[in-house]
Amino acid sequence: MDQEGVIMNRYEQTPVLQAKGLVKRYGRVTAIDNTDFELYPGEILAVIGDNGAGKSSLIKALSGALVPDAGEILVDGKATLFKNPLDARSQGIETVYQNLAVSPALNIADNLYLGREIRKPGILGRVFRMLDKKKMHEAARNKMSELGLLTIQNIGQAVETLSGGQRQGVAVARTAMFGSRVVIMDEPTAALGVKESRRVLNLIRQVRDKGLPVVLISHNMPHVFEVADRIHIHRLGKRIAVISPKTHSMSDAVAIMTGAMEPDQPGSLQA
Amino acid sequence: MSEILKPTPTGSQMLDHERVADQAQGNVARFDQQLSPIQRIHRILHSNPTAAPIMVLLLAIAAFSIIVGDRFLHPFNLSLVLQQVTIIGILGVAQTLIILTAGIDLSVGAIMVLTTVVMGRFAVEFGMPPALALLAGFAVGALAGAINGALVTRLKLPPFIVTLGTWNIFFALNLWYSKSETIRSQEIEAVAPLLQWTGHTVEFLGARLSYGSLMMVGLFVLIWYALNWTAWGRHVYATGDDPDAARLAGIRTDRILLSVYVVAGVVCAFAAWALIGRIGSVSPQAGYTANLDSITAVVIGGTSLFGGRGSIYGTLIGALVVGLFRNGLALSGVDVLWQEFTVGMLIIVAVGIDQWIRKVSS
Repeated sequence: MDQEGVIMNRYEQTPVLQAKGLVKRYGRVTAIDNTDFELYPGEILAVIGDNGAGKSSLIKALSGALVPDAGEILVDGKATLFKNPLDARSQGIETVYQNLAVSPALNIADNLYLGREIRKPGILGRVFRMLDKKKMHEAARNKMSELGLLTIQNIGQAVETLSGGQRQGVAVARTAMFGSRVVIMDEPTAALGVKESRRVLNLIRQVRDKGLPVVLISHNMPHVFEVADRIHIHRLGKRIAVISPKTHSMSDAVAIMTGAMEPDQPGSLQA
Repeated sequence: MSEILKPTPTGSQMLDHERVADQAQGNVARFDQQLSPIQRIHRILHSNPTAAPIMVLLLAIAAFSIIVGDRFLHPFNLSLVLQQVTIIGILGVAQTLIILTAGIDLSVGAIMVLTTVVMGRFAVEFGMPPALALLAGFAVGALAGAINGALVTRLKLPPFIVTLGTWNIFFALNLWYSKSETIRSQEIEAVAPLLQWTGHTVEFLGARLSYGSLMMVGLFVLIWYALNWTAWGRHVYATGDDPDAARLAGIRTDRILLSVYVVAGVVCAFAAWALIGRIGSVSPQAGYTANLDSITAVVIGGTSLFGGRGSIYGTLIGALVVGLFRNGLALSGVDVLWQEFTVGMLIIVAVGIDQWIRKVSS
């Protein structure tokens, strides 16, 4: 009961990440059509939608990879403008992109710390800008084993020598390491086998249980229904409904997503 | 108006169909059993792309010391080779930086010659203190690099086209500014001996090392440090490897590219200083093919033309391989044309190895 009370309260709080009336047009194509978005503290919010519904554009806007034409993005209730991914990252919003965004020729530790390398203390770091490779390698190894992600022997091995699942692990570990406010994952299980998917799903729960809200974009309905607290359904560039996996079935979700069922039809939302 | 669900207590729909996965065998896929010798060589080369040029270097030394005899291995001869590769080695440092970002710089030779002319004229004709003339040369090198970098990053033109254009432009400027006249060695010696300092040598165990060669080694060490031990270096590799991934990881790839071109321009000015020391005079006609020779050194050194892969010391080895082949063949009494022939073969073999390494990767 107590726990339910906590969860109920969650949605009374200010959303950690919110979008109001976002619009993005590419020439005559409207990728985001006046959409809203809310992510509350401590939840896993799944974003689903058919191909071309504009999920990826929405996620790019939320992670700073795309600048919307209109509308606003609020972090903890404060309006902000992300001009590039660095802006979003400096606000503690970390993203795993669908194409992974890892550098294949660099090693695991380099990839984890890419763009925020640690320098040696003292004069070596300040004047000679020397990297503290030892510290980065150790932290990387600890994080990877803590997450139970990898059985990688050598943290200094190039990412391109890893399997698809292990690369995913590197990308996920990077967000889990540096995300301090929100973690966004775009199709994190798309390229993975059954067991590897399971590990990533567990990891998503771990991240949520640590208190970080997670936005999960996925095509995989069983995965979405397994981990999500709420499901944001996107259709034709905008949010059409938010449902709970407790009250709706997978076929309801697919029906709403594809337009076969109207979301405000009686019985579809209040089950 | 669509309905937005707010609060419902959560609870995940339980899914059973994957439960048995936990009992699955742990060793699903293992690929590391029984490598054939070729696969083993591939793996070594993949993790260490400079292994091949090092092997070629050692083989060349062994072969020529048998064919030519003691003369080849004499410290004096080896230090001569080092002096001969100094200019190309320094330009190779600049070229490696550009090629690591998946670019190419055809203008390095032109920047170098333009810089020698500026250094020479400022010192000899305007009577500037030699140190200031030298600094002016470095400024010109940096500016030329910045022009290349700005065209690549701001106008988004391919580096090949940009530097093909600036190669011609810098050469034209150089001919115009020098009036196609050579500044003679004696004139430089009289007013600005500092410019020829790089040509002076020190004796060391029978070898005669020029300050220019030592400067080249110093530049290799410096850039090696920057590439391997600073964040900037990691970002250079990441930018060349996959620029989109680098950008998403928060690297300002345009800034990195611009900085690489400026650094390359400054390194070309070092090459200019070494060139004045080597030939004594300042000639606007010198070094016309230096750009291609520098690319040769980089490629033979195992750096990939596709960016993100390779090492700076590979370039030093590449330059030494070319120098040793030329020297060894010349001492064997082989016609000069066969030197060119051999260098051509080396380039094709080096790029072939690079393609092979990349193809079987991952």
